[in-house]
Amino acid sequence: MVQYTQTRFDASFAALSDATRRGVLEQLGRADASITDLAEKFHMTLTGMKKHVGVLERAGLVSTEKIGRVRTCKLGLRGLEEEAALIERYRQLWATRFDELDKLVEELKQKEKGDGRQKRK
Amino acid sequence: MDDRRENEPNPMNNRTTIERKSERELVVTRTFDAPARIVFEAWTKAELFMRWWAPKSAGVPLLSCEMDVRAGGRYRLEFGHDASNSMAFFGGYIEATPHSRLVWTNEEGDDAPVTTLTCEEKGGKTLLVLHELYPSKEALDEAIAGMEGGMPEQFEQLDELLLTLGASGERS
Repeated sequence: MVQYTQTRFDASFAALSDATRRGVLEQLGRADASITDLAEKFHMTLTGMKKHVGVLERAGLVSTEKIGRVRTCKLGLRGLEEEAALIERYRQLWATRFDELDKLVEELKQKEKGDGRQKRK
Repeated sequence: MDDRRENEPNPMNNRTTIERKSERELVVTRTFDAPARIVFEAWTKAELFMRWWAPKSAGVPLLSCEMDVRAGGRYRLEFGHDASNSMAFFGGYIEATPHSRLVWTNEEGDDAPVTTLTCEEKGGKTLLVLHELYPSKEALDEAIAGMEGGMPEQFEQLDELLLTLGASGERS
């Protein structure tokens, strides 16, 4: 876990060490954008921008999603963490429910076994 | 991290997992140590369903439950602490295949999902998969976020009251 955090930090710092990438983050802070948009804005080739976005994505600073032929980029970390936290809360509701269902299912199973034994007598 | 091995008893097997499969789909899974027949029965018989759907820790009890489980049949659940303060959930069954598949709609609003429940039995255990398909990304976003502020205010207040009562009860 410590190592993971360290790696994550290194990746973040490496990602932020480049002026273009800092510019991209600033841009995405204002609005989501496609890689094509970003390439145009920063006067770069599509391939060059893809590399920069890739670095930001691996650092967890940007998330991308492909819809049709367009890959849209947005600020990553925070949004993802929030969604993960919300989904976890939803999961817990189901987990609580299913734990109750588990108890009931176990009870029904035992009852069935008992009935089966009685019939055989 | 993932060093799970098969054929070994594993407490994680009975873990509830959740995954957002796409912008509009959410999938919840859980394995039960019982035949599909029994799991399905607990979902489709009102008197059994009422015993687990609204766990005490969720705070709001299920007051009533009616279900007519067959394609074209209807269901209606009422939650609340008393009849004057209740909230209803209702809809219809699109498909009902005994012991394996149940598909139903929610009709409380335009943003409600279509839910598909499947029970797959293997070696006496049942893998339950609950698949929710929402009409839009926004609807699913809201359903997930709604866990926080979705409850009517009176329920929240009652919850707090019950918590206080529960806590003082424990102390005495």
